Amino acid sequence: MAALQNSTLEAIVGSQAQLQGEWLAALEANGATRNIREQDLRQETRDFLQLLLDGLRKECGTQIGVEGWEEVRRFLDKLSTTRAQIGQESHQTAYFIFALKGPLFTLLQTHYREQPALLAEQLWEISQLLDAFGLHIIRTYQKTREAVIKRQQEELLELSTPVVKLWEGVLALPLIGTLDSQRSQTVMESLLQRIVDTGSEIAIIDITGVPTVDTLVAQHLLKTVTAIRLMGADCIISGVRPQIAQTIVHLGLDLGTLTTKSNLADALKLALARLGTATGERV
Amino acid sequence: MERIPILQMGEFLLVTIQVDMHDQLALRLQDDLTERIDQTSARGVLIDISALDMVDSFIGRMIASISGLSRIMDAQTVLVGMQPAVAITLVELGLTLPGVNTALNVDRGMNLLRQRVGRS
Repeated sequence: MAALQNSTLEAIVGSQAQLQGEWLAALEANGATRNIREQDLRQETRDFLQLLLDGLRKECGTQIGVEGWEEVRRFLDKLSTTRAQIGQESHQTAYFIFALKGPLFTLLQTHYREQPALLAEQLWEISQLLDAFGLHIIRTYQKTREAVIKRQQEELLELSTPVVKLWEGVLALPLIGTLDSQRSQTVMESLLQRIVDTGSEIAIIDITGVPTVDTLVAQHLLKTVTAIRLMGADCIISGVRPQIAQTIVHLGLDLGTLTTKSNLADALKLALARLGTATGERV
Repeated sequence: MERIPILQMGEFLLVTIQVDMHDQLALRLQDDLTERIDQTSARGVLIDISALDMVDSFIGRMIASISGLSRIMDAQTVLVGMQPAVAITLVELGLTLPGVNTALNVDRGMNLLRQRVGRS
C-alpha cells in the first residue's frame, strides 16, 4: 500500500482555509454544531487540521495507534469527552470527523484530475485514516458515557442508604426502591457500621418504599436482621403494607423471630418502650 | 504456649480475645473456660470479640460451642462487640448463633449478664 503522496499533503496545506470553511458548512448542515459555540468549533477545526497535517508530515501511516498520531488522539479524546459531557449524541460527535471527508475528497479530485489511479489510492489512504479517527472518537465517547453511568450508579447506591438517627440509641433506615443483592449488601454494611459508631441498641428498617417483597428480598432482610442481632442490637421492620403482608403469607415466607410493625411511628414507640425511655414529658 | 486470659470479676468470667484466633487457640480456650467455670462456679461469662476482625467457619462454630458449653454449666454467656464484617461473614456462613446473647459493648454486656443472672 502506497503512502500518502507529498503532493496530497501540499494540496491540503494549499487550501487549508477553504477546506476548513467547507468542513464547517458541512457540520452546520448536518446539525452537528448544536450546543457548540461557533467560535469554539472554528478553533477546533483549525486545531484538528493543523494536528492532522503535522501527523501526515511525520508519515506514520494509517495505523493511528502509533506514537506519531498521539497528539491527534489526545485532541480527539478531549473533544469527545467534552461533547459527551454536554450531552451531544454519539453520531453527531463522530460526524465531526466524517464531515471532513466530503471537502477533502472534492479537493483531491480536483488535484488529481489527470491521474485516476493515484486519486483512488490517495482517497483510500485518507479514508482509512479518517475512519480510524472517527471510530476512535466513538470509542472515547462511549467510555466517557459509561464512566458517567457508573458514577451515577454509585451515587444512587450511596444516596439510597441513608441511616438516620431517630432517638438516642435508635437508628432508622428508610429503604426506597428495589432491593437486590448488591444493594442489600451496601445497606447491611452501612447500617452495621452506623450501629457500631453510634452504639445504638435498636435499628428500624422501614420498607414502606420497597415496591415488592419476594423470597430474595425477604432473605436479604433476614440476613441483615440476624447480623444486627449478632452484633448485640435489636431490629424492627416497619412499613409492612397490607399487600406486602399478603405476599409474604402467600409465599409462605417464614420471617421467624422478626419483629414487624405496620408503620414507623409504631416501631419507634416500641423501640422507646424497649429502651425504657419515658416519652410522656419530652415529646 | 500462648493462651487467652480469662479474668474473674465477682461471679462473672471475662474473656477478651485480643489476638488473631487460630484453631489451636480456640480449642484451648474452650478447655480453659470450662475448667475455670467449674473451679469458680461462675454464674456468667462475657466474651469480648471486639478486636476480632476475621472469622472462619471453624472459629464461628467454636464461638457457638463455647457459649453452648457454658450454658450447660449453668453460666449465662454474652457475646459482645462483634464487628460488622464478622457479623456479615457469620450470617453468610449460615452461623446465626441461635440462643447466644449478644450486646454492643462490654458495659451493656455486663448489664445484660446481671439481668439474666438476677432473673434465673
